[in-house]
Amino acid sequence: MERHLDRDLKDLSERLLRMGRLAEAAVDQALEAVLAGVHRIAEEEPEIDRQQIDIDRRVVALLALHQPVAADLRLLLAVTRIAAELERIGDQAVNLLGSAARLERTGPLPLAPDLARLGRLACQMVHESLDAFIQRQPELARRTLERDSEADHLRDAIFDAVRDQILRNPSQAPAALEALLVAKNLERVADHATNIAEDVLFWLTGQDLRHLHSAPES
Amino acid sequence: MHAGEAMNVPDCCQNAQTASAMRDEADASVKIVVQGLNAWYERRQVLFDIHLRIPDRQITAIIGPSGSGKSTLLRVFNRLHETVRHARVGGVVLLDGLNIFTLDPRSLRQRVGMVFQMPNPFPKSIFDNIAFGLRINGMRDHLAERVERSLRRAALWEEVKDRLHRPATELSGGQQQRLCIARALALEPEVLLLDEPCSALDPVSTARIEELLIALKDTCTPVLVTHQMQQAARVSDFCYLLLDGRVIEGQPTRQLFTTPRDPRTEAYLTGRYG
Repeated sequence: MERHLDRDLKDLSERLLRMGRLAEAAVDQALEAVLAGVHRIAEEEPEIDRQQIDIDRRVVALLALHQPVAADLRLLLAVTRIAAELERIGDQAVNLLGSAARLERTGPLPLAPDLARLGRLACQMVHESLDAFIQRQPELARRTLERDSEADHLRDAIFDAVRDQILRNPSQAPAALEALLVAKNLERVADHATNIAEDVLFWLTGQDLRHLHSAPES
Repeated sequence: MHAGEAMNVPDCCQNAQTASAMRDEADASVKIVVQGLNAWYERRQVLFDIHLRIPDRQITAIIGPSGSGKSTLLRVFNRLHETVRHARVGGVVLLDGLNIFTLDPRSLRQRVGMVFQMPNPFPKSIFDNIAFGLRINGMRDHLAERVERSLRRAALWEEVKDRLHRPATELSGGQQQRLCIARALALEPEVLLLDEPCSALDPVSTARIEELLIALKDTCTPVLVTHQMQQAARVSDFCYLLLDGRVIEGQPTRQLFTTPRDPRTEAYLTGRYG
């Protein structure tokens, strides 16, 4: 028997996924703009913000009207947390577009292949964490968690390379510093994907894994 | 002793040696221990191999659908179940380590009070509703003080202090239920059994009873049977789920309502059971 609440939860999940796809697209396009060094407007950002507010309102209404417990309650908490992570991913996309705009003045982005690799990894992690939500797959969510350290290592390697480059060629410091910011923003996208995976695991298993596996930043 | 009560007492619990061994298993933080409890109405078994522990000075809620055996379990705790014709029990129930089936039922019921689903005040004055139980239990001294203390503990004193000798039936449903709680509290029970005490009450009266239950934890151990899951979530510290006469799961309430272990609990709590 399908409950009234089931229909509302399904609708809410679909809304969250639409928001997720929008955030994914925002990061994809921002990464493309950064790598090409082309200025672009953050079109998705206002819509992502609006969708977060809409999702939160719906969660509050469902909590008040249905007083859910157990997995239903965990799902609603997870949805509102994931929406917050997606909104921050949207913010990271805006930051990346800021770098793209500045790169038009500073010259080409150094370490572009490494940054592209980190960017692709971050986008895949966001996609995978949302897939874990759609498919209700704890294993998929765990795989996202495992990839977080890969993103950290890539960022650290880029930091080291940027430092060496600035020492070797100080005149290219402005572009090199943008590379640093881009690496930082992409690694933050991976962190948000990790948080989404943790939220999915909390919903599916009841385990709260927050702050258990994150290492201090180098 | 009621003739039927002697007849219905489980044989295994008459053995003093067994009771002594069981006493050793009890600890101070547990008020009631139930081991291998079964119960029948004639040939129909309604409780199956129940094992549970009721923590002392905490509110324990027993939840489950209609017919799951919640009320029967509660009525075993003060041996009311045995008063039903052809009802039987088997197994062990320890109160502070003592086998309740070896205790005098009347003194047991003084220690283990009960409040029922429908408020059932006696057709007497408010004062006499409380005093009646005290008198028949030989507690005749300081009667007025005891009545006042009970009404205060039941958070009813301020509302009735000027009309103590008016009929109890003039009170509202919520007040009548609090009067019944005061009546039970007058005997200073160690355990207070409450069988759906708010099912006939409006939300304001329900909230008052719930606040009262939380306050009672200081002096006794409330055991609440309810089919209102949110009530169990709001007031209880520990919660057991019964389905078809069996304990499915018992956990601290916060855990049971957020991360139940058994899929049947998950299904029941989220309205997908049955």
